[in-house]
Amino acid sequence: MNNAIREQFPILKQEINGHPLVYLDSAATSQKPLAVIEALRHYYEYDNANVHRGVHTLGSRATDAYEGAREKVAKFIHAKSTKEIVFTRGTTTALNMVASSYARSILSEGDEIVLTPMEHHSNLIPWQQVAKATGAVLKYVKLQEDGTVTLSEVEKVVSDKTKIVTMAYVSNVMGVINPVKEIAALAHRHGAVMVVDGAQSTPHMKVDVQDLDCDFYAFSGHKMCGPTGIGVLYGKQALLEKMEPVEFGGEMIDDVGLYDSSWKELPWKFEGGTPIIAGAVGLGAAIDFLESIGLDAIAAHEHELAEYAVGRLSEIEGLKLYGPRARKVGLVTFNLGDVHPHDVATVLDASGIAIRAGHHCCQPLMRWLEASSTARASFYLYNTKEDVDRLISALIQTKEYFG
Amino acid sequence: MQLDDLYRRVIMDHYKNPRNRGKFEDGTVTVDLNNPTCGDKISLQLKVDDGIVQDARYTGEGCSISMSSASMMTEAVKGKTVEEARELASRFSALMQGEDVHFDDYEDIEALSGVNKFPARIKCATLAWNALRKGIDEKQHDH
Repeated sequence: MNNAIREQFPILKQEINGHPLVYLDSAATSQKPLAVIEALRHYYEYDNANVHRGVHTLGSRATDAYEGAREKVAKFIHAKSTKEIVFTRGTTTALNMVASSYARSILSEGDEIVLTPMEHHSNLIPWQQVAKATGAVLKYVKLQEDGTVTLSEVEKVVSDKTKIVTMAYVSNVMGVINPVKEIAALAHRHGAVMVVDGAQSTPHMKVDVQDLDCDFYAFSGHKMCGPTGIGVLYGKQALLEKMEPVEFGGEMIDDVGLYDSSWKELPWKFEGGTPIIAGAVGLGAAIDFLESIGLDAIAAHEHELAEYAVGRLSEIEGLKLYGPRARKVGLVTFNLGDVHPHDVATVLDASGIAIRAGHHCCQPLMRWLEASSTARASFYLYNTKEDVDRLISALIQTKEYFG
Repeated sequence: MQLDDLYRRVIMDHYKNPRNRGKFEDGTVTVDLNNPTCGDKISLQLKVDDGIVQDARYTGEGCSISMSSASMMTEAVKGKTVEEARELASRFSALMQGEDVHFDDYEDIEALSGVNKFPARIKCATLAWNALRKGIDEKQHDH
C-alpha cells in the first residue's frame, strides 16, 4: 500500500484537534474513496430515477446501474447467480431477515441454534428472539482461552437437533478468522444450515461463498468503502425460494388482488419499496475500487500492520491485549492498565487519533473477557506503520497522563 | 482541545480517591443504571428519611468522568432535602449544557464544567445524576 491509495480518501487529509487525522476505526465504518463519492454524485446528477418501472430513459439507466451493482456483488463473493443477492440496509437487516423469515418457519420446540459468545449483537439478538418465539434452544460454542473457535468445540454442541449454525467469519473484537468452511461442512452433516456474519471479513479478504458452502452470508457496504445504508444478504437459491418475504409493498409483487397477492421472483420479492439504488451503485463502485487494488494485497497489508501493532503494543508495560497474539486481521483490542477505554479514546482524540472504546456491541464477549469495556484500533488499506507509531506514542502519553 | 479542561485535578482526585463508594446493608432506595452505548454502570443507594437524603453510596464501573461525577454527586446530595437534590440535578444538567451555574455548596462539581466541550462524554458525567433523579422519583412514588 502506498500514498497513492491514501490520496484517494479526501477525509484523511484533515487535521483533528491540531494533528493530522489517524483513522483507526474502520471496523466500525470505513472511509470512502473518491471513486465511491463520485459514483454517488454521478448517479444523482445524471441517472436518478426509480427502478424496474420507468419506461423513460432515466428509469432504464437507474435500473441498469442498480442491477449492474448486483452483478458486481455476485461476482465479488462468487455467488452462482444474481438471484442469490438481496440488497438490504446492512448486515443487521440481512441477519434479521434470515432469523425472522427462514428460521421462524423451520424451527420448532427443542430444535437447536448453535452460535458463539463472540457474536456481535446483530448476530445474537435475532436468534434470541426467534428462540423465544419458537421454543428453539440456543447452544453456545465454548471459546478457547485465547478467544478462538475450534472445530472440535463446535463438534461438541452440534447434533441432529441443530437446525442452524451461525458465526462471524471474522470477530470484530478478537480479530480472529473462524473456520466457517469446516463448520459449514459439519453443520451440513447434521442437516443444519450455516449462516455467516461477514461484516468484518468481506472488506478485508477474498470471500467465496460457494467454496465456504455457507447457506446464508450477510455483509455491509459501509465497512468496505461503500456508503452507509446498503448491505447484502446472500442465500442459496433453493433456500431463498422457500422463504416468505419480510416486507410487503411496492416493487416486490407479481400480482395484487383485493384479498391475496403473489410475489416477484428472486431476488426482488425481498426488496419491498423503492430500493437503496444509490447505495447499491456506491457499493458497486466500492467493489471496483477494492478489486483494482486486490483483496489479497489488502489482506497482506493488514496482516503486516496487525503484526507490527501487536509487537509495538507489547512494548507498553501494563497493556493488556485481547485475543491471540498471532493474527492476520487488522484489528487490535486492548486495555491500558487501569485507564478506562473512554479516557484512552478521549486523550487519543486530542492527538487526532480515532479509536473505538466501549463494548463493541459484544456485551456477552465482554463478560467472557471479564472487561466492562475495551479499546480497539482497526486498520484498513489506507493505514500505515506511521499510524501505528502515532497510536503507540499517544498511548504512552496517555499512560503518563493518568499515571 | 485542551485535555486539562476535561481532566482537572479535582476530577482525578475523585476518580482515584472515590467518596462514598460502597454499599449499605439497608439502603432505602437502590437504582441501577447503565449507559448502553458504552457499558458504564452505576448502582446508587440513597437513604431518605423525612424528605432528606441522609446518606448516599454507589458502586459501578466506568471512566474517570462517570465515576468522579458519582463521587461528587453523593457528597453534594447528603443532607439535602429531596427538592434540593432535584434542584441540584437540574443545575448539573445546566452545567453540562454550558450554562454559567455555580455550586457554592459543593464547588468540586464545577470542575466538571469542561465536559461540556467534549460532547461524547456528557453522557458519562450525567449517569450518576440520572440515577439520583430516578431514585428520588421512586422514593416519592412510594409515598
